[in-house]
Amino acid sequence: METAIRLDQNGYLVDLIEKEESLGGHIKNWFRLFPDRKPANEILEILHSNLKLSKVKIMTSTNITSFEKQNGRFFLSDHKNETTVYDALVLCTGFELFDAKRKEEYGFGIYENVITSAGLEAMFNSGRIQISRGSIPQRVGFVHCVGSRDEKCGNHHCSKICCVTAVKQAIEVREMLPSAEVFCFYMDMRMFGPYYEELYRESQEKWGVQYIRGRVSEAAQNADSSIQVKAEDTLTGRPLKMNVDLLVLMVGMQPAKETAGIAGKLSIKTGGNGFFKACDEHYQTNLSSQKGVFIAGTATAPMNITDTISHARAAATQVDKYFKELTE
Amino acid sequence: MEKNSKKFIWKDYQKEIADDHFFYVRSCIRQTFFPGSESFFLKFMRDELGKDVFEDARHTTCTGIGFHGDVVPHDTIMTVVARHFALMTEAGYKNVAISCVTSFGIYSEILETWKHFPEIENRIRENLKKATGRTFKLPENIAHTSDIIYKFRDDIASKARFPLINQNTGEPLQIVEHIGCHYSKMFPEYGVGGAEFPQVLAGMIKAWGGNVIDYPERRHCCGFGFRQYLVQANRGYSASNSKKKFESMNPYHPDMIIANCPGCTMFMDKWQYTIAEMEGITYGKEGKGIPVLTYEEVTGLVLGYDPWDLGLQMHQVQVETLLDKMGIVYDHSKKYKTKDGKDVGKPLVPELLMIEKNIHSSKRHP
Repeated sequence: METAIRLDQNGYLVDLIEKEESLGGHIKNWFRLFPDRKPANEILEILHSNLKLSKVKIMTSTNITSFEKQNGRFFLSDHKNETTVYDALVLCTGFELFDAKRKEEYGFGIYENVITSAGLEAMFNSGRIQISRGSIPQRVGFVHCVGSRDEKCGNHHCSKICCVTAVKQAIEVREMLPSAEVFCFYMDMRMFGPYYEELYRESQEKWGVQYIRGRVSEAAQNADSSIQVKAEDTLTGRPLKMNVDLLVLMVGMQPAKETAGIAGKLSIKTGGNGFFKACDEHYQTNLSSQKGVFIAGTATAPMNITDTISHARAAATQVDKYFKELTE
Repeated sequence: MEKNSKKFIWKDYQKEIADDHFFYVRSCIRQTFFPGSESFFLKFMRDELGKDVFEDARHTTCTGIGFHGDVVPHDTIMTVVARHFALMTEAGYKNVAISCVTSFGIYSEILETWKHFPEIENRIRENLKKATGRTFKLPENIAHTSDIIYKFRDDIASKARFPLINQNTGEPLQIVEHIGCHYSKMFPEYGVGGAEFPQVLAGMIKAWGGNVIDYPERRHCCGFGFRQYLVQANRGYSASNSKKKFESMNPYHPDMIIANCPGCTMFMDKWQYTIAEMEGITYGKEGKGIPVLTYEEVTGLVLGYDPWDLGLQMHQVQVETLLDKMGIVYDHSKKYKTKDGKDVGKPLVPELLMIEKNIHSSKRHP
């Protein structure tokens, strides 16, 4: 959305192609953002209002089935067999959340009181956190790195934002349920962004969130539908077993499932993590290995909204530079 | 939600199970502790299903107990198993049916090792050739015998005389299923349903009318753990692991435990006596312990075999409460007699697990 807005402001004709019924991606389902707890829809409202002021043609519910490059131009056909020709493409295909069912030992999809971080955001949006029997949880556990930094899942990469998301969500749980205890099971706390470390500290000092360094080995359901969690507390060097009423899995980010197919059709490279690979990881992060094809946002790597918007703007700059060089 | 999702997960772990022509390899200990299980399997496969199941008297232990007890080196066990493959090859078979979960894990581990390290397979082939002059082909299909019973579970259900239903209440029997760790925890794709929510025993239970109990320590080790038991000083650790499982399952009032591993069946059966003596606790709703059966024994009961022909009198925890619930009629006078009527001797108070102390003070677990 941001790339389209910026290119439109630079005078280009832009089509914004979205496979879903509406724009906005995952942020549509999010409650508040870290670190300032800004409501997620405020960001979307800014983007939508800027789009409204633009001439960008928005094509939702559109699936591109064919990509062809001829004489430096791109012929894209959709599911209705309608073909449009473009001079440049910006791939902003985003990410998808790790399917927590693949971590069978946590029982997501089997035990009703095991949910994902996205499921918890939905609860925040509904204004009520509750467990399967309709009651209020008194103990909530967060499991970090679900589908990230995990060789068994084939995802070696760090999803980067789950740590701070867990911190944010832990605080929100304590805000909504002042009497609840909250535990986070983590490998490392990666507070990479501005004010993240401060939020982490606040979660401990003000909200009493307890952080346990150790991966959860398994979750199992008790007779009362609470969840028994086994882990190792690696700071004390002891195994640990405890019950929680609600277990939240911090699902990681992985490439959208269309990524590999698009990369193949456009002959561009993907990295070992499956995301689109940039020409240069430092200086040309918006350039793919194919001339005229640009990449932006979480289609290239896990990143937060701040960085995604910056990356989107940088992509628009690169496209502008590309066209200017073509006409010189 | 629960049932649908479980189907979703275990569909990832379908395995191909051969239909016929099996090279059968026995367990070291099952013929002693559960003497009717393997003989029932052979009778069932050959006489009821008309399958070709071959066994070779020259087959030996796989040495798995020694391997996991750190007294048999890896190259030795691989060469022993290579010899089993040679016997299979010489007999003209391609499908191996393994009675023991330890052996099943050993076979799986060796096949995986050779797949990733072909130079090791070559070395073992050379060892076997030098030692015995034999050569071999790798099996085309590897199945634990519980896989095979699972494969034919619907045929068994169609012939069931005594389904897993409490005849007094009409309700499904509440059953704990326990797969041995080495069945699929090392290589989930080798087991039906994988490691976390295995289906091999659960599928039998459901097909025959019972209800599977999902209790918090369902995945926990039975307690055997090889060195937990084999090293005498560690045996308290073995019993305490078993106790952890019993404590976890007991509130669900299981009518029985079904296991597919020789060690698991034995330890979950016999440690109940040990725990009763040590702790004064007897598990089970009736206060007589929770019967622990092999899947072959359960299959036999479902099909209407005589419980004493299945060897159920050899169990530590007595099975009569279970037989009564299933509506199975049995002749108590034949329980401790051989088929030709000889008396085999009888435990002093078999129906009570705690006999050293004053048996009248035996208490049920709360």
